[in-house]
Formats: sequence, C-alpha cells, structure tokens
Amino acid sequence: MPGIHYIYPAYEVARNQNRCISCRACQQQCANEVHHYDQELKMMVSQDDNCVNCQRCVSLCPTRALKIEPTTNAFKKNHNWQQNKIEEIYRQAATGGVLLSSMGNPEDFPVYWDKILINASQVTNPSIDPLREPMEGVTFLGKKSVEIKRGPNGKIITKTAPQLKLNVPILFSAMSYGSISYNAHESLARAAEALGTFYNTGEGGLHQDFYRYDKNTIVQVASGRFGVHPEYLNAAAAIEIKMGQGAKPGIGGHLPGEKINAEVSRTRMIPEGTDAISPAPHHDIYSIEDLHQLVHSLKEATNYEKPVIVKIAAVHNVAAIASGIARSGADIIAIDGFRGGTGAAPTRIRDNVGIPIELALAAVDKRLRDEGIRNNISLVIGGSVRSSADVIKAIALGADAVYIASAALIALGCHLCRACQVGKCNWGIATQRADLVRRLNPDIGYQRLVNLVHAWEHEIMEMMGGMGINAIESLRGNRLMLRGVGLSEKELEILGIKHAGE
Amino acid sequence: MKRIYVDEKWCLGCRLCEYNCAFANATSGRDDMAKALKDREINPRIRIEEGGGISFAVSCRHCDDPFCQKACISGALKFENGQVTIDQEKCVGCYSCIMACPFGAVMPSDGTAVQKCDLCMQNHQGIPACVEGCPNRAIIFEDREAFA
Repeated sequence: MPGIHYIYPAYEVARNQNRCISCRACQQQCANEVHHYDQELKMMVSQDDNCVNCQRCVSLCPTRALKIEPTTNAFKKNHNWQQNKIEEIYRQAATGGVLLSSMGNPEDFPVYWDKILINASQVTNPSIDPLREPMEGVTFLGKKSVEIKRGPNGKIITKTAPQLKLNVPILFSAMSYGSISYNAHESLARAAEALGTFYNTGEGGLHQDFYRYDKNTIVQVASGRFGVHPEYLNAAAAIEIKMGQGAKPGIGGHLPGEKINAEVSRTRMIPEGTDAISPAPHHDIYSIEDLHQLVHSLKEATNYEKPVIVKIAAVHNVAAIASGIARSGADIIAIDGFRGGTGAAPTRIRDNVGIPIELALAAVDKRLRDEGIRNNISLVIGGSVRSSADVIKAIALGADAVYIASAALIALGCHLCRACQVGKCNWGIATQRADLVRRLNPDIGYQRLVNLVHAWEHEIMEMMGGMGINAIESLRGNRLMLRGVGLSEKELEILGIKHAGE
Repeated sequence: MKRIYVDEKWCLGCRLCEYNCAFANATSGRDDMAKALKDREINPRIRIEEGGGISFAVSCRHCDDPFCQKACISGALKFENGQVTIDQEKCVGCYSCIMACPFGAVMPSDGTAVQKCDLCMQNHQGIPACVEGCPNRAIIFEDREAFA
C-alpha cells in the first residue's frame, strides 16, 4: 500500500538475467508468489514484497541465476531507533495487531555456548582414540536408585523406575502435527527409530499412522489436552507434560483454523476448521501438588511403566521450580531455553521473555545437587542446541541429554526464514497445504536426520576422547572440562565454571 | 534392468527434469546450462503431465514388448538389454513409433526425425540427468521386477 502504510520490501530478488533460462522452477516453487514470467518482457520478474527469504528458489534454480539480498534501502541511521523497530511501529499503527513471529529468538543476546571452551588432554593424562577404543554413548533417562537394595535371599534388587534408553544423548523435541507437516513427523519418527532415540508428538496428538513408532515416541500432554486418550498415552515410551515452551513462556498456543484439516482434526479430536487454543496454564495445575496429581494420573493410566517428563520454559525462578518438579514424582525434567523455536508466538514475548538455557541448566543442576535430589530426576535441555559442541557443553554443565528441534528442521530443509506462522512453508515443513507438504519426501528427510545425528555422535566421541573421557556418563556435570571466555565473575559463578587460564 | 520409475506422490511439477534432460542432450554448451539453454525453446524427452493437483514425469518406459519397435518400418528401433534404442541412421522419419507409443514418450526431434529417452547412455555416464536432478526423489532409476 502506498503512502503512510508503505514498507519497503526487506529482501530483493537479485536475478542474473544472463543466467536465467526462464524455466520457471522459481515461480512454480514459490508459495508466496514472488516470481512470474512476463509474456511481454519475455523474462522472469519478481514481486519482492512477498519474499520471506526462505531460499527455496535459490536452492532449486538450475543455473544459479538467483540470490536474495537484504535491501539496502534504509532509514536514517539510529542506534536507538533501529529500522525494524520503526517498521514494527508502522505495522502496528496500520493494523492494531499483536506482532507474530516464528522460530527462536533471533535478537542479539549472549550465546553462552559460544563463550565456553572445552578441555583436552595433554601429556599427563592420555586422550582416547574413539575409532580404536571402546566408547560408551548410551544414556538412560529416569530416576536413578541411590542405594543398593537386597531381597530376602541377599540378591540385589535390580528393578528400577522406568528408564528411557538413548543410543545418543540427543532427542527430537516436541513439535505438534499441525504446526509441522505429516511428512516432517514421519521423517522424525523414522529417524528416531533408526537412531535408537525418541521424537516427541508435541501437543497435537498422534496420527494413527505413527502408532507403529511407539517405542521411539514421547507423547505430550499440554494445557489444551488435544488428542489425549488412553491409547495415545500407551502408544509411547514416555509421556511429557508440557507446562511451558521456551519461545513463549507464560502463554498458551493458538493453531489457526486454516491449519485444522481433516487429518489434523481427527488427530487433535477437535472439529475441522476450528482454532486449536491451548490455554496459558493447565487449569488443573496451580501448584506442585497439583502437578504431582497429574504425574500420578498419567502413571496410573499407563500402569507405572512409562517415565513422565515435565517440560518447562527457562524463566527467572527455574531452579526453584525444577526442585519442585523433582519432588512431584516426575522422572525427567525438560527445560526449554529462550532461543527455543515455535511455529508462531507473539514477537514481544519470543524476543523478551525467558532466560538463556545455559544459565538455567547450570542453575538447575546445581540446585538439584545441593538439595541431594539430582538422582531423583533426569535433566534434558533444549532451546537452540546448534552443534555437537553445544551438546558436549550442555552435558558437562549437567544435562543428561539434549532436545533438538530447530537443528532437526534445518536438516529437513528449513532455512530459518521465520515465517512459519503464515503456513506457506516452501520446504513442506510448517504447512498443511498438500502441494507444499509433498515437497518434503520423508525418504530423504529421515536419512538427513540420521546423517546429522550420526555426524554429531562422531564429533561428540572425538571431543570426549580428546578429554580422555570414554563415556557420556563421565562427562555429565564435569564442569572442570569447561572454561569461560569473556564472561563476568557472576556469569562464571552461575555457570559454575572457571575462566580460561584459571 | 534398471529403468526410470516415477512416483507421483513426490513429484512437485517443478519441471527441472525437463530442463535437465534438455541440458543433458543439448548439442552445445555442455559445461553450463545457462549457455546451453538460454533463449532456447526446449524439447525434452521427459515431460511433466499434470492436472487435478497431481503431476508426474513421463519418459520412455523401455517396455519389455515395445509397441514403438513393432511399429517401426525400418528397423531403426531396437529392444536390447532392457533398453529401447533408436538408430538414427536407419530411421526414415515415418513417425509410426510416435503414433504407436501409448505414453507419448517418442516425439519429433529438432535435429533428427524422432527422439526418445536413452537413459542418458549416449551422453552421460551412469545415472540419467532427470533422476540425478530431481529435488524430491520423484524419479527413480532402479531395477524392479519385470514390468507388469
């Protein structure tokens, strides 16, 4: 719209007309209708306003004739009133609406992973070559027995609380069917099975077709209770109660009616085309005692055979909250940091609420150890684990395993254009439009996920070997293997690590 | 024998197979698709058919009992080693094969009289260009049981 409502396109399509052969693959592949062939000009032209910079056209252009450039059109430089702040005001002044965003907080907050360095052995303690010596990568999640108990005949009682066995300390975190496509779910489920780990249904219920991956499935029970019924709970290896999400702590969810097609409707057990609204709180949980009741209701419903996970967002009081959860009867606590992704969240909440997962993890692990209840519960963290180095650092800070989701979606083709909320994902991930969903072939997708996790696993073993450590178990909470760089005394104190050089 | 199979479930209708085919069989500009195909009308041996939200690529099926070969009056079309090939020297351009092919996979050519998919055996090594370039693995080159 011209005049006061006008906002110059953020991205411009740079088309090299010398290389463009007008094959129109870009036009055919762009759900945002950026490209079209002009019959009069006899060339491809672009509507830059529609471009979200998802890179689909760039990736498919057979002659490398395309690139997407951030616009150089700029307002007068201002360190306080940055361009996006001004444009957001224009948008809100035009619509009166709440700004929406997707995926994780992209703002310029510190990434503590990048200020932590890993140790290695030299001279006095031998490093280990993981290709020649045995390494242990298996992790068990669940309550650990603190004392050895013996039966009447003196034999050790080996029965433990239910455990999840992970071949790698990496799980795929919750993404609902609805927020992501059927093919994305299938890719995750098949990859989890092939890797000997778990994927998480998110709060959208479990599609009938995926019940066969039950041994590698974590089902979620969230505030909307969508798709929750006894078969659902029993079609899983573990049950996760979702109290919060790192991208939007303190608020619920809203899947617009347009995304509730017949399949999603059946899976969520709600009418087709209606909005799926998850309330901000669970209306039956206002205290740790209430949480205890739900944990035990779910255990009762599943014959005490499955571990129960409680997932919370990393917020200011996370350590105290985690302590409460550790006493609620839950087997595993999952903490989601403020960089964690989402299919849609109010921008202000995504970008301003919650705390970094590194600090939350260190604080929670310390608190649970100080209180002598660390063995009561396993700790899984997520919210932007971007590489195997982040995994190593998380485990050394005290995590039992990590959840990855954004990284998994990136492996499936996501280019972090952060327009999931529009529902027109050109990569077939965050969409329910049949012609777009088709673009993610699970045969390709699952293999890429398997490749990614295998690659990380190799790197984890290499780094552990370098430290002279041959088991994930020996790395866990081993903060002496970490040093900070460029961190304040307070940050080092919270992280429980020394500064480099110390 | 390995044949080209298409899976309409994964076909996006992006037509990259058509362009990869045209490039693989281009007479000039082998080193760069832009050079080979810029400002040219392409005449690929594989074609996307679409309608009703479904699309799929059609190219020569290399039938075990090929109609095109039966219809050929000059003996230019041969079925050997699981492949239907055309000997351009023998072809008289009667187009009987084009009439006979139920898939529309034999078509008039720009240079010679007719053209059809030769599984990129004359131009590439190994894997056909349409298969190699398909972004969603909708075109597969594999050995399955005899064509039903």
